[in-house]
Parts: sequence; C-alpha cells; structure tokens
Amino acid sequence: MSVARRRPGRLAVAALVALATAACLPFAASGYVLGLLTVAFYTAVFAMAWDLLFGFAGEVNFGPTFLIGLGAYTAGILDARFSPDLPIIVCVAAGAAAAVVGGVLLALPALRVRGPYFGLTTLVAVLMLQNLVVVFADLTGGEIGLAMPDVITANARGNYWLALGFMATSAAILYGLSRSAIGLVLQASGQDPLQAGALGFNVAKHKLFAFVVSAFFSGLAGALMVFYMGTASVGTFVDISVGVQVIIAAVLGGRRTVLGAGIGAIFLIGMGELLRPLGELATLIVSLVALAVVLFFPDGFIGMLRGRAGR
Amino acid sequence: MSAAGGAPVLEVRNLTKRFGGLVAVKDLSFSIRRGEILGLIGPNGSGKSTAMNAILGVHPPTSGSVRLEGAEIAGLPSHRIARMGVGIVFQHSRPLARQTVLENIQVALLPDRLTRLVAGEDVEARARSIAERVGLAAVVDRRPATLPFADLRRLELAKAIARRPRLVLVDEPFAGLTASEVAAFSALIRAFRDEGCAVLLVDHNVKGVSALVDRVLAMYLGERIAEGPAADVMRDETVRRVYLGGPLGAPARPESTFADRDAALRVEGLDVSYGKARALQGVSLHVHQGEFVSVVGLNGAGKTTLFNAVSGLVPYTGSIRWRGVALAGRSGAQIARGGIVQCPESRELFGDMTVLENLELGGHALPDAERTERLAWLHGLFPILRSRGTQTARTLSGGEQQMLAIARALMMKPRLLILDEPTLGLAPVILETLSQALERLRSSTDIAVLLGEQNVTFALSHADRVYVLDHARIVWEGRPDRFEAEAAGAYI
Repeated sequence: MSVARRRPGRLAVAALVALATAACLPFAASGYVLGLLTVAFYTAVFAMAWDLLFGFAGEVNFGPTFLIGLGAYTAGILDARFSPDLPIIVCVAAGAAAAVVGGVLLALPALRVRGPYFGLTTLVAVLMLQNLVVVFADLTGGEIGLAMPDVITANARGNYWLALGFMATSAAILYGLSRSAIGLVLQASGQDPLQAGALGFNVAKHKLFAFVVSAFFSGLAGALMVFYMGTASVGTFVDISVGVQVIIAAVLGGRRTVLGAGIGAIFLIGMGELLRPLGELATLIVSLVALAVVLFFPDGFIGMLRGRAGR
Repeated sequence: MSAAGGAPVLEVRNLTKRFGGLVAVKDLSFSIRRGEILGLIGPNGSGKSTAMNAILGVHPPTSGSVRLEGAEIAGLPSHRIARMGVGIVFQHSRPLARQTVLENIQVALLPDRLTRLVAGEDVEARARSIAERVGLAAVVDRRPATLPFADLRRLELAKAIARRPRLVLVDEPFAGLTASEVAAFSALIRAFRDEGCAVLLVDHNVKGVSALVDRVLAMYLGERIAEGPAADVMRDETVRRVYLGGPLGAPARPESTFADRDAALRVEGLDVSYGKARALQGVSLHVHQGEFVSVVGLNGAGKTTLFNAVSGLVPYTGSIRWRGVALAGRSGAQIARGGIVQCPESRELFGDMTVLENLELGGHALPDAERTERLAWLHGLFPILRSRGTQTARTLSGGEQQMLAIARALMMKPRLLILDEPTLGLAPVILETLSQALERLRSSTDIAVLLGEQNVTFALSHADRVYVLDHARIVWEGRPDRFEAEAAGAYI
C-alpha cells in the first residue's frame, strides 16, 4: 500500500544494484563460490517463506523442513522412478503441489490449537516425514539418500543463475505480498485475531492462505534444489537441524521483513563456510553470533539498520 | 431522549451462556433502537463481558437469540457478524506497530478478499477523513508506539467508524482517560448516536456512563437486576445492595486502639505507571499492626498495582515503609520474608500438588515442630482443608482453592496479609466460611490485613478502616459505617 508507494526509490535501486552485481559474479568467482551461493539462494527462499508464516500470520512453524522435504522428495522420487518419460519441470511442479497439500494439512491444527501446541505439531510433522523416508527406503533411498538420474544442468553458472533468478522472483512476490492489502490483514490476524475478526476479516481464511503460499515457495525451492544437488537425503532436506538453520536465518535477518530473512540465510551460509577451517568451532561461533543478534537486536539485521536510520 | 423509533437494531432474547458448569449469562433479554445508547453495567464477574462476546460472536451463546435488524446472528463467526454491521471499540488494542496511524485505519477499510492486492483509490482519502473526525489528523504519519494513550483509543474508535457499523459496542469507554479526554470521547460516541447507530456501552458502574446513556441495564451474577434511566437504576434497591452491600458485620475498631504508635505499613505519595497508563497517582495509606483495612475499588482502579508495589513486584516512586524501614530496592522475596505476604487474585496455587504439599511449601522455612503446629492451627481455621489434604489443588472447587491460597499465605507467618479480591467468583455459601475465618483472624491474632475488594459487603464487614480507590487515586478514607452516606455516590 502506501508505504511501498511512498518510497519505491531507495529499496528498488538497492535491490537492482545487488541483483546486477550478483548476476555478474559468475564471471569473477570460482565454481566453488558459485556452488555455495546457489545453496544459499535456495535457503534464502526457505527463510523468506518461513517469515511470511511467522512474521505475518504469527504462526511459529518449527518444521519448515516438513514442507521443504515434501517438495524435494516428491520431485526426487518422481524423477528417480519415471526418469526419461517425465519432464523435470513436471517433477518440480509436483513437488510444489505436494508441499501445498502438506501446508494445508499443517494449517488444520494451527487453526484449532493455540500457542505452543501448534509448534509441537509442526515438530512432530518433521519427525513423521523423517520416519516415512526411512521406512519406505525402497522408494526414498532411506538413510543412504536418493540418487537422481537427472539434473537441470551440470553447469555451475547455469545453476547459479537459475537459483538467483528464482530467489529474486520469489523475493519480489513474497515481499510484494507482505506489503499488499492482504499482507496488512495477515499481520492484523497474526497480532490480534480477535480484533481482526471484529473488523470483519476471516482470520482462518487468511492464515490458510499464508500457509499455502509459504508451502508453495518452500516446496518449489526444495524441488529445484534437489535437481541441483542430484541427491535427496534426510540430512539436507528434512532433518530438524536444517529447519533450525532456516529459522535462525529468518530471525537473524529480521522478523516481519521477508527480505531480511533472505539476507540472513545468505549471511549464515557464507559465515559457516568462511569459518569452516575452524572445524567444530565454526558452528559454535555462528550460533553465538545468532544468539547475540537475537538478544541485543531482536529485530535482526534489518532492525539494526532501521534503528540507525531513526524510527 | 433522542429520536428513537422503529424496530430495534439489536434484539437479544433469552441469551444464555454456559462455560462448563458455570452459567455466565442467564436468560438475558434486551434491545437497542436506532439512535439509542444503552449502558450495560455490572461488577466484575457479572457476565457483561460474556454477553458482549456472545453478541460479537467471539463465544457463541449456549441458547437464545441475537437479532441484528431482524437477522439472526447468534452462532455466526465473528467476521460475519462484523460484516453485517456490528462494530467494537476494544478497551485494549494491539495496533500494527510498523505501520502508521493512517495505515492502521486503512486496514479497517480493506475487503475480506484474497484477490485484492491493492487497496482501492478512495481508501486513503476515507482513512484521512476518519482520522480528522476522531482528532488524529495531526498524527496520521506517526507510528502507534509514539502516541499517547488517549490517541490509541481514538485509533480504536477510528477503526470502528471505518466499518460503518449499525451497532457499536464500546468496552469501558473512559478507562484511563483524563476529564477533558472523557468529554472529547463522549462527543465522539454521541456522534454515533446522531448518525442513527445503536450504541452499547459496557462499563463497571453507572456513574461513568450516566451522562451519555439513554438507558442502563444492570447485571449481577449473569442476570438482569435493573433496567431504566440512569438515575432510576442508581436508586434501585437491588443495585444498591449489590454495589454497597447490606448490614455490617463485626464493629470497626477505632485507630487509637492499636498499640503501635506509628503505623506498621506506611505508604506515601505512591506513583506507578505502566508505559503511558498511570496506574497509581499520589496514593497514601497506612495500616496498623492488627488492623484490618479494606481498599475498595472497581476493576482497573489500581488495587492490584498497589498491592504489587507493596510486595516489591512493580517499580514505583514515592515511599513505602514497613515498621519504619523503607522497602524500596528490596526484592519480592525479601519483603515476603520480612512479614508482608500477598495472596494474589489469581491464587497461584501449585495445581498438580496436593493440598498438604501446597501448605508445606508455604511453611518450608519454618522448623518442623513449628510447621506442624501452624498446620494444625490452619486446619482449625479451614477444616475443609484437612479432609482435602491428599487431593491435588487443581481438583478443588473455587472456594476451596481460595481458602488454600489464604492458608498457604498464612503458613509463612505474615505480620501483614494482603488479600487481593478473595471473593472473586465465589458462591455466597463459600463467602460465609471465608468471613468466619477472617473474623477469627481478626479477634484472635494481631495479624494485619489489607483487603482489596469490589464486593463492598465483604470489604466493609471485615474492615476497621476503608479506602476507596478510583482511577488510580484514593478518593475517600473513613470508617465502614460512613461509607454508604459519604462514598456511595462515587461508587455505583
């Protein structure tokens, strides 16, 4: 609404500059850096989709990997089973669709139970998915992982540009949505459902919508990433620790900002890699930085910038 | 009073709402016409909020009918009811903190559709005109967090206006406002009436809304007890009994009979603020050792805040002295060990522990022999607790839980016992038992009691002196037998 209308300039210019710089990077950077950033871009979409649910609809989903994993495994299994006959794009679309179905299922308890109980159901959902993957090992590759016959492209630059373009498109849609009339109603529903209802808004409908959108982007990103990786494994797509990283990224970047979540994800993956020579210590340092930001700047990176600019 | 004609806008018939075994609203019927303001009043727990929530669709009624201009709305979800023309001005709100005042008003103007990404062109213009009408024009570009309390309430009003309701409910219209703000708000609420809205004001007492309402309906224990013009309701026998209580219990003891020369507890010039709202302003009171002092005040008057300040649970300015020593800077635990023990309104029992375990925890600092002795004394005071000893606290009735909470506080051997609303939600039979226990404390020990109550009958029966707390200030102090003659006007 009017916020976007009032200051379209600065943000749009900054975004375009960042995007142009990132698009030119493959001509300067090594394949290793490109590979790292490709993963970071997909993770950024996970975090942004999560922020739409938490920051706007007010629902704490402790299991973002339930949606991501559904997308990744659906796409992966379809490709592994029907490889040459089924086009990759159909597998990816099926992955996104499966995640949307999962998102609706996840939303049902959220619209019924309040507070910590919803968070618990999302955790249970992840554990269930993890168990299903292990139990149906014939189909899913189980704990070893699922090797896929196809990738979208083996070219590092191609993969990088695809991930960048996908992230930029997702960011534009999710950010635009958060700033739209719907985003405003969503925020009102998340903060004070009683009042949102009294103002004539169907809170359940709006929250369900947020779940569907969040699930769609999580699943789509998961499906695309699986075709980049060439394998699907519980450790990369489903494990609770992956979900925790997504949540930390979103909180680190700044809750209720969408874009902050993306920046947080890229920062987190970049930091983890830079500190890799330190071994186990790296995880500890990243965790401490995240803890410090959450404690002292609860509004994250974006909040720090905003605070400096004056409220 | 005003031109009120035609069929009623709101018609409530035989409305009943049960929560489990509790009947919160019983067979309530009333109606409001176009251009009429009805005041719905009742003390805490009388069922007025439940009635309001039933109309709004927050909690659907158990039975009965609610009609809005002839259409049945009972049981519909709240957003449907809102879309049909019912607006609410909440007492507390959480506006969107990152959006401006103008955007917060715009939210109320948006359609309930997922297909409209961009608000209509006229939305901003309409939001501006509403902001102007409620007096927010100068602050439309500011964020809610930077606004004073009265402006936040104006924002709530603006959102209700934006919905163009045919029926507006206003919850505690003047809570926390200054006299001049009250005048401005009254004018805004009258504007609803002049536009042909039906208005329902929900408040604790008649006094606050009497200048504004055409009619008042008084509730008590879920039922209507009186209805009519404000002046008639204030004179009504039943209403006076509910608010002012009946004949007094044991006679009050004059201050001079207490042995201590200076009062044991002395509070002077106490100020407490919660953000922008002032919860206590310049409150001074004292309690002698052995004296029973009641602080009477309606919900939100500041009783709990006063007790929490004395117990060291909220920061304050001013002075609180206990036996000559200032309490400022001491922790709640230190103050409790020093002899001031509070029994809070919420009781705070350990629900999964047994009655006996709750009591023993209260006396864990005592030597074994003393604890046993104390326990025996408390079982004498509240015999029911002995037979319930092995039952978990959660399974006790409301009255038994209250007795356990008081008994646990007494296990700590307080010199001053603070009781915050002990009678809240209790049946009359239980009140009798509680009364007897307090009388025994009063006649057989030199413990001092500071009792906070809305139930005036109970408060006056167990007081040597009474303070009336109203909107953060002490407005009256005196002997209980002078209360009805001198303070009643400020209370009903």
